[in-house]
Amino acid sequence: MNAISVENLGKKYLIRHQKEPSELSDVLGVSARRIVKRLNPFVSSKRSAYREDFWALRNVCFNILEGERVGIIGRNGSGKSTLLKILSRITEPTEGRARIRGRVASLLEVGTGFHPELTGRENIYLNGAILGMSKSEIKKRFDEIVSFAEIEKFLDTPVKRYSSGMYVRLAFAVAAHLEPEILMVDEVLAVGDVQFQKKCLGKMGEIGQGSRTILFVSHNMAAISKLCNRSIWLDLGKVKQVGDTESVISMYLSQGESTSGLAKCNLGNKDIAIIREVGTLDSNGSFQANLAVNKDFYIWIKCTIMQKLSMAQIAVTVLSINGTAVFVSTHTDTKEEEQVLLPGTYTAKVRIPANFLNVGMYTLNVRIFGQLDTHMRASHANAFQVLTFRVEETGSVASRYSDSRGGVVTPILEWEIQQHPN
Amino acid sequence: MNTSIKREIVIEPGSASKQYWRDLWFYRELFYFLAWRDILVRYKQTVIGIAWSIVRPVITMIIFTLVFGKLAKLPSGGVPYPILVFAGLLPWQFFSASLTASSNSLVANANMISKVYFPRIIVPASRIIVNLVDFVISILILALLMVWYKFVPDWRIMSIPVFLTLAMFASLGCSLWLGALNVKYRDISHLIPFIVQLGLYVSPVGFSSSIVPEKWRLLYSLNPMVGVIDGFRWAIIGDNVYFYLPGVLISLALTFVVFISGLKHFRKTERTFADYI
Repeated sequence: MNAISVENLGKKYLIRHQKEPSELSDVLGVSARRIVKRLNPFVSSKRSAYREDFWALRNVCFNILEGERVGIIGRNGSGKSTLLKILSRITEPTEGRARIRGRVASLLEVGTGFHPELTGRENIYLNGAILGMSKSEIKKRFDEIVSFAEIEKFLDTPVKRYSSGMYVRLAFAVAAHLEPEILMVDEVLAVGDVQFQKKCLGKMGEIGQGSRTILFVSHNMAAISKLCNRSIWLDLGKVKQVGDTESVISMYLSQGESTSGLAKCNLGNKDIAIIREVGTLDSNGSFQANLAVNKDFYIWIKCTIMQKLSMAQIAVTVLSINGTAVFVSTHTDTKEEEQVLLPGTYTAKVRIPANFLNVGMYTLNVRIFGQLDTHMRASHANAFQVLTFRVEETGSVASRYSDSRGGVVTPILEWEIQQHPN
Repeated sequence: MNTSIKREIVIEPGSASKQYWRDLWFYRELFYFLAWRDILVRYKQTVIGIAWSIVRPVITMIIFTLVFGKLAKLPSGGVPYPILVFAGLLPWQFFSASLTASSNSLVANANMISKVYFPRIIVPASRIIVNLVDFVISILILALLMVWYKFVPDWRIMSIPVFLTLAMFASLGCSLWLGALNVKYRDISHLIPFIVQLGLYVSPVGFSSSIVPEKWRLLYSLNPMVGVIDGFRWAIIGDNVYFYLPGVLISLALTFVVFISGLKHFRKTERTFADYI
């Protein structure tokens, strides 16, 4: 049975463009200019503002079965929030239709309607009512909400005196104790400290264990892959892909972000050696700035050598985003004999194994070392922090119980465990 | 919960959702909670608190009595002037405060409107309930005034709820129009104080409507508050005041028209509130 079915849904907004006011009108003020225009018969009264249609969503179709947990992913401005707003009846579609079966609760923001002057206790009731809970429901869950939010001591303090952490905890706690048949959530887990985020995610998972249908919008791929069995990828207001979460996420990551995973740099000593390009390749061999933590990937270098280099080395340093070197690797590491690079253009790549670098952002330094005839061995081309890439959580072993286990590397190691008799 | 028959909602452009009134019933507690919130918050961080609800009408009454009764020497028909003024102030202050708060309530709750679904009419309607608290306080002041002047009202005082209902519908009707327009055109929030200020002079608050010349009576009654205020005076002061029935009927009809058209306009535009607010 479909809990949600969406047919050709579309939402159009009018955007108003306005020409930049000229310097003169800055002085006169825009309204003064208008009056001048109106009074002047030689200037046409054509308005400088014009409107343009913008489709935030167009031709969106999908079905969600009862009890399914569906993630919605996409870049900023892809229409995710608009979709959720339409489905939760906050705004109306311009075209198309959606059918929803069951009681809906939508959570586009935590703490909607919280009043700073009211106490925690009062806000629980108020916020609950805004989210569609009845007074008796709230009463029944009151203690649970309070203990989940960990604010027992401050229950009768106005929330304007709360720390932002307490505020968010209370707000989420109320929302987490909704019991709708269909729950729609928009990126609300991006709040609070890491500890609390984990707790929220756990609670969401718990909610999802029942027969509840969940629609979950997030930029956090780890959260999506943990919570949702199916995902919808929206791009520019259209459905780009629907399918099981893992494949949708990997497709999304493989062409999602803005950086291409390839940097053209042309750095080095023009007469000796030049680093032309540096890139990161995903396991399929395409340039990619976002890499899956549980897949192999490659660091790729293209360089041109002008003069013969003996004792040559192409070296890569991977740095964490705060500048600490994680490791250095050179193309001679696996070779016994001396390496000589003759003039010409080379490409080199090094495989970084799966489950090695932990989730996070990294940058690359690339250098080319070598000895020219009789000179000392030295570095002839340096490309520092030439490329940034991101290792993304895509459902690795480490994420099974928590978002990220910390640490720079995330190797999967052999364990042995024995139980001893007492 | 699973075994119960699940209700289906169809979301379509222009679908005046058939479940609206059922939703309104479902969200009735929200109505109560919003009113409760506004009452609780109202005098937070003030020194004299709820006393504001007493100070305002009393001071206004004193000034009106001085200006209209003592200086302008307008006729009161034998009734103590303060009671005449207060009988008019009672509905007027309720109306003007409700109109101001209610018309601005949608914009004031913009965040809720853009993030949560509920029948929007709850917001302006609950604001009117808040002003009932002030109304009740004013009634108590009036009772004290009556004791002071040894003024005994007759059975007509029982009809106050009827005229109060009329005042509620008049203010809600206007607020539905102004509130919905205010979402899109913020000019309205500048217009409202102006309406309220002017309304005080064109409504028979500080004086009895009997001073309006006969030939202008019908025209004067086009102000719906004229009928309401005259009704209150009739109920409180009794026979002594000239009670103009056609005027009250016109006010009644006008209030009805404003309310129904306001409700229709509100229902038509509320689906787009989240886009404009």
